Amino acid sequence: MAGPDKGFSRWLLATNHKDIGILYLWFSFAMFLLGGSFAMVIRAELFQPGLQLVDPNFFNQMTTMHGLVMVFGAIMPAFVGLANYMIPIMIGAPDMALPRMNNLSFWILPFAFAILASSLFMEGGAPNFGWTFYAPLSTTYAPPSVTFFIFGVHLMGISSIMGAINIVATIFNLRAPGMTLMKMPLFVWTWLITAFLLIAVMPVLAGAVTMMLMDIHFGTSFFSAAGGGDPVLFQHIFWFFGHPEVYIIILPAFGVVSEIIPTFSRKPLFGYASMVYATAAIAFLSFIVWAHHMFTVGMPLVGELYFMWATMLIAVPTAAKVFNWITTMFKGALTFETPMLFCIAFVFLFTLGGLTGLMLAIAPADMQYHDSYFVVAHFHYTMVAGAIFSISASVYYWLPKWTGRMYNETMGKVHFWIAFIGFNLTFFPQHFLGLAGMPRRIPDYSIQFADFNMISSIGAFTYGLAQLIFLFNIIRTIYFGEKTTEEQTWESARGLEWTLPSPLPFHTFERPPAIK
Amino acid sequence: MTKKGIVALSALISTLSLSLPGLANVERFETNMTESITDVGKEIYDIHMLVFWICVAAGILVFLFMLYTIIKYRKSNGHKPATFHENTAVEITWTVIPLIILLGMAWPASKTLIKIYDTSEADMDILITGYQWKWRYEYLTNDENDNVSFFSVLSTPQDEIHNIDPKNNNYLLEVDKPLVLPVNKKVRFLITANDVIHAWWVPALAVKKDAIPGFVNETWATPKETGIYRGQCAELCGKDHGFMPIVVDIRSEEDFNAWLKEEQAKAAEIKALTSKVFSMKELYDEGEKVYQKACLACHGANGEGGIGKAIAKSAIAMGDINTHMDVIVNGVPGTAMQAFGSQLTDVELAAVTTFQRNAFGNNMNETVQPIDIYNLKQGQ
Amino acid sequence: MDGDNNSKGNNNIVLKLSITALLMFGFGFALVPLYDVFCEVTGINGKTDNERYQGKAFEKDITRQIKVQFIARNNDAMPWFFNPIEKTLTVNPGESILTYFHAKNPTLDRMVAQAIPSVSPGRAANYFHKTACFCFEQQPLDGLDSIKMPLIFVVDPDLPKDIKTITLAYTLYDITDKAAVEVKITKLSQSSINDSYLTRRD
Repeated sequence: MAGPDKGFSRWLLATNHKDIGILYLWFSFAMFLLGGSFAMVIRAELFQPGLQLVDPNFFNQMTTMHGLVMVFGAIMPAFVGLANYMIPIMIGAPDMALPRMNNLSFWILPFAFAILASSLFMEGGAPNFGWTFYAPLSTTYAPPSVTFFIFGVHLMGISSIMGAINIVATIFNLRAPGMTLMKMPLFVWTWLITAFLLIAVMPVLAGAVTMMLMDIHFGTSFFSAAGGGDPVLFQHIFWFFGHPEVYIIILPAFGVVSEIIPTFSRKPLFGYASMVYATAAIAFLSFIVWAHHMFTVGMPLVGELYFMWATMLIAVPTAAKVFNWITTMFKGALTFETPMLFCIAFVFLFTLGGLTGLMLAIAPADMQYHDSYFVVAHFHYTMVAGAIFSISASVYYWLPKWTGRMYNETMGKVHFWIAFIGFNLTFFPQHFLGLAGMPRRIPDYSIQFADFNMISSIGAFTYGLAQLIFLFNIIRTIYFGEKTTEEQTWESARGLEWTLPSPLPFHTFERPPAIK
Repeated sequence: MTKKGIVALSALISTLSLSLPGLANVERFETNMTESITDVGKEIYDIHMLVFWICVAAGILVFLFMLYTIIKYRKSNGHKPATFHENTAVEITWTVIPLIILLGMAWPASKTLIKIYDTSEADMDILITGYQWKWRYEYLTNDENDNVSFFSVLSTPQDEIHNIDPKNNNYLLEVDKPLVLPVNKKVRFLITANDVIHAWWVPALAVKKDAIPGFVNETWATPKETGIYRGQCAELCGKDHGFMPIVVDIRSEEDFNAWLKEEQAKAAEIKALTSKVFSMKELYDEGEKVYQKACLACHGANGEGGIGKAIAKSAIAMGDINTHMDVIVNGVPGTAMQAFGSQLTDVELAAVTTFQRNAFGNNMNETVQPIDIYNLKQGQ
Repeated sequence: MDGDNNSKGNNNIVLKLSITALLMFGFGFALVPLYDVFCEVTGINGKTDNERYQGKAFEKDITRQIKVQFIARNNDAMPWFFNPIEKTLTVNPGESILTYFHAKNPTLDRMVAQAIPSVSPGRAANYFHKTACFCFEQQPLDGLDSIKMPLIFVVDPDLPKDIKTITLAYTLYDITDKAAVEVKITKLSQSSINDSYLTRRD
């Protein structure tokens, strides 16, 4: 087989899973910086009480765009990128099952986000109704750019579904002989389950935005009481998508962590089978708990009780996972390279986010936590310390394998510690703000919240700075990093990727490897 | 982070945030849920603390185990890795134990939840309607003439929001007219919205309920202490979501009844005023106040426009007087311009129309009297 | 690398998963009627079905009385005057009651309105039956006209014992733009009232 094309056509016409993985990863990094800069605007405005920098309407556009770009532009494509790059190698396949579709599903994304970002410059401004876009704020009362937003969401959805189909096909059809399902690395398992979740719920999101489109332009009344519809119906449909969506974001993170912790513990993963079952259990539960996001909409008592109990159940498989990771470290021989630091921080902070999640599941208490900064703190502990930390970990973990060059360990550790401190400084005080009564999505606040908001903003700027170090370290590694050609970058990493030379050749496993 | 760093940071924060005047007088660094003044609220608080301490205990156990592992089993200590990778008994144990703990939480939580849904007879009913961006309270009584209803709007001056004046202690948590309630009475809140979804949240009453256009939600509270309690809209509802606070003034029964009588008298008085003729100055001054609470958010402090069209030198404010009144009273369908006919009294409507025709350099030098508005509404 | 077996297998999986995705897209829309059924069963939102009650007639339950409270309000830019003639009624379950709402169109233009009912507590929604209601139809009104609109309802004797007050709130929406060009005038005729359970009272 031939090597890569030269120049731009290598990327535009890419069908090689590694090239597409690289495209996804760089795209998501760009979106991460864009969404991050929106967050910086938010935290700058909230640095002190009063309106200083932006007007409230623009502030709402920032919170909306921050959420959309981070969820759909940064985290999800980053994991799809990792999947593209690593899954074929991990299962001993030569490439993804559907390389041309792979190309298409990536190249849709830049257009989707170009459309979304361009709405910032439209008359009436960008979407300003929150990333959850509750009707009727997002229908009858939305800025004209909502139509572009809907189009953008459709494109992202199509891209995600095609990506997910590709991953399922790859895992089902292209495993090397002997690679049974229960021998697959956990990252592959979590992605397989994630892919099914994507195929199940992204179309529901597409349905929700289609109904919005019809309400706005074709006179239907899905979400308007005037024509017999119901605004609460929107929330049910949205969260039927939205709750599985948060596991779509976190399950691949579980997979990454389950790869990295054993390597630096020099000990096999504890409870592999129970990890697989726990992942499947979490995925199943994610379909039957959606209305815990809606405890204050006025559900009947039975509904509240059911959704409370079902939600609490999620704590069981999640706790099992945390215990498994710690027991993997237990009696190992630990070293603390940057990927491991991020993974330990992941376990620590994700557990905190899980515990606040349990608090939020308690319906009577949630009626007070709901839509306050407590919720903001909770989901950033799972989304940032969960998903983003694990993505950082995996980049450090596999970068030497991808590039054949070692990243600067000191700079990696500096990145980690600044990110860790910045993150906690940003989001830990937000628990207090929420409990004390600060609602989320407000551009200005009463003065008793001033101190914690200032701390939070300082933390956010710190965390933002850390990402520039990350970017610098990656670029430095690619061009100037110390060369490493050994197959085993890490002393005791397991998995097929560590049987290949570094950097990975353009084509790998054209002949399936022998699986023990 | 080093100790020195922490000291430096807290010094920096204190300096920066202490530069805010008035901050010394408010409760700073509040870290926990507001304690409620209702029995159900106290129970919710207890559940919150119970679950919190269980989570703290679980967290400490897990993190101690983790810390021990990280310190003890380092490669640099020369530890050789073990090879075990499963243990069914252990895995079952740590599945069952969390389940039991969860049951321990679910039981009291469910009991409290059932209490929240108590639909027994209330002593009074209040209809709360969320508007972009204000609240309207209506005391539901049997007698049409006794009806008291009013809007409750943010009263923090724009100059405080824009950092021109120092911020007062209740910055963004103050309204022109609070909701007044009697102590020790069960109050049923019927909550709905006029436009988009809002949420009525008063932490001290332990009440947070979505206000959904077209539907009525109900919840209730029995406040056990008098005093002033503050809350905010909790559901993103557009531009001024952060600027529609809630203030509840809980009074003794006698004080409340006196207040209600007074309000009823005022309502009657306003009805009477409709037939009175006011001077330009009276209308202009009153109109300026009305403008600030009803129009300013969309049309700007100087009538320059914003979400709404400009009023200064506008064709409507300087055009036909009946069209101008009609726009204010009936709104402009399909736009953000609301119909203020049912939101403001006829006196207020007349005053604000007069103000708009004479302020911002419009100088039309003509007045609109309440009777004009009344006639317009009657279609004469 | 694309062996025959593989590409056949791939096509098979792609086909199955694409169909799944399409079905889930359809499921999103199926949630709309499902939700309505769900609402009817559980009374979420106090959403009552906006159709004439045609179930069985009831025996009047003289052992208890229910306070029925009426709220009439306008949505957003709706300029009509809209209020119940009686704000509260005390009724026995099983008893058919006729009451009126008043509406006036203060503008100069013909408008069409739709009233949307909501019952609270939500649990009562299934036990509050409307046998005639202005909310069943769109309500056109010429500029400056006013109308007295009837509502006939009966409270189900099976209403849970702990519910003593039922609030029926109507929100009036301006649907002039959405209403069909040729609006059918739908005055609730006297005959439709006679047709109801009201005649069987006593």
